Amino acid sequence: MEKLKILVVDDERGILTGIRRVLRNFTVSFPFHDEDFEYELIDSETGEDAIEIIDSQDIDIVLLDNKLPGIEGVEVLEYIKKKEYDLAVIMITSHASIDLAVKATNRGAYNFVPKPFNQAELKSAIQNVTKHLFLKRMTKELTSEGKEIRFKFLSVLSHELKSPINAVEGYLRMMEDKQLGNDINAYTKMINRSITRIESMRNLIMDMLDFTRVESGKKSRTIQEIDIVEIAKIAVDSILPIAIQKNVSIRTHFPDELIKKCDAGELEIIFNNLLSNAVKYNKEEGQVDFVLKKDRKNVIIEVKDTGIGMSEEEKSNLFKEFMRAKNVKTRAISGTGLGLSILKKIVELNNGNVTVETEVDKGSTFKIEIPF
Amino acid sequence: MNKKSILLADDDRDYLEQMQFHVEKLGFKTILANNQKECEEKIETEKFDMAILDLMMENEDSGFILSYKLKKKYPDIPVILVSAVTKETRFVFQPEHDDSWIKADKMLEKGIRPDQLQREINKLLKI
Ligand SMILES: Nc1ncnc2c1ncn2[C@@H]1O[C@H](COP(=O)(O)OP(=O)(O)OP(=O)(O)O)[C@@H](O)[C@H]1O
Repeated sequence: MEKLKILVVDDERGILTGIRRVLRNFTVSFPFHDEDFEYELIDSETGEDAIEIIDSQDIDIVLLDNKLPGIEGVEVLEYIKKKEYDLAVIMITSHASIDLAVKATNRGAYNFVPKPFNQAELKSAIQNVTKHLFLKRMTKELTSEGKEIRFKFLSVLSHELKSPINAVEGYLRMMEDKQLGNDINAYTKMINRSITRIESMRNLIMDMLDFTRVESGKKSRTIQEIDIVEIAKIAVDSILPIAIQKNVSIRTHFPDELIKKCDAGELEIIFNNLLSNAVKYNKEEGQVDFVLKKDRKNVIIEVKDTGIGMSEEEKSNLFKEFMRAKNVKTRAISGTGLGLSILKKIVELNNGNVTVETEVDKGSTFKIEIPF
Repeated sequence: MNKKSILLADDDRDYLEQMQFHVEKLGFKTILANNQKECEEKIETEKFDMAILDLMMENEDSGFILSYKLKKKYPDIPVILVSAVTKETRFVFQPEHDDSWIKADKMLEKGIRPDQLQREINKLLKI
């Protein structure tokens, strides 16, 4: 038997005794795990008490009421999240409020049990959370060398990968069923859309590979003295065709040379991303200014555009994986939303930092500083 | 007889157009929303008999939020949530529970065939 400690935080005595009764002889077993799980209950009537208990003992599961005499349940949740405790929280809510649910989910709550609950509901919630905890801990063990696979990342990733497949499959089925008749010409739009989706999926896969390469290790880095200006020039050349198509001009402000010890591939990724964004999110006949310079400590890279810019909210999410600003202006522009998160990882790997200044409809400036 | 209309929300333009095609072919009118925000506006301003909403749009749980708002205004209008990742999401979804905090009538994995879709719609609209 493996014992999991459940902390019940609720100021209603009735709830506590109810939970005790239901879980007294309750065990959970999984086909892939030899030992059954059983539960030990600890209770507290306030959030303040709960925090003390969590700090001093290894708790596995918290059943947390939101309405408590002192601090609220969500505040306890916040504390647990901040401390990164390895435990799962189930919120007990008396009225199904989506605001609370969303708030609590964002702060890491694993599930909700509506109050009043019956035996079956409580048992199934405990069963689920046990499985979740178990799998999470197992994954953590498997990936303990820092390659933590985050659930959120995976679910968003599979969303991004499956969406184009669904779209293309949908079109193929429509063709299979001859939904638009027998004339192949009727299907031109479907075919073109399918090709576009496949192309963007290919980009996503390429970005993913970059991303995992950067995530998973510094092994394949080749650090040597290189001329950054050379690499920047190649990046400009490769973006030029797209810039010309969009009537965007690129002005470079480079010194004759700028020698630094670093990995050439990483710099390429940085430049390509910044330039491609500065062109993609620019306006027809816009400008891009690409500056390379140095001060006493740093190499400074600046890419400034006259494009659509970003709102405060978009800006604050900018470096998150798969973040893409969704508005009328960006709808027609394709992208994976991975570019900048890769860029950020690389810059951090080089002990540098990225900053952004941006104004809606005026443009954006990305500035990177990397110490020598 | 008046055609019934269905509100469709999805931020995947291809999927939205495909749904529109199939739903119209089944004899319904459609109202389209390209994202959560647009859908919120359409819920306020448009009249419809049913909604089919994508789960992940601007937010990971856009569909939940929308169906909550929709049900608050029109408790009797059926809502189907569709997602490409029903299996991967951690949300425990039990529409059978009347007290479940997720107020939708049905959750479907994307990739649904037109005949299945027709069955689900007819069942919920009691046709
Ligand atoms: N120069 C810019 N001007 C305005 N918005 C930008 C700019 N650069 C990035 N963004 C916004 O930030 C989001 C994330 O950018 P990121 O480079 O990570 O991904 P992407 O452009 O969507 O895809 P890709 O990785 O294929 O380039 C973009 O979708 C866009 O909304």
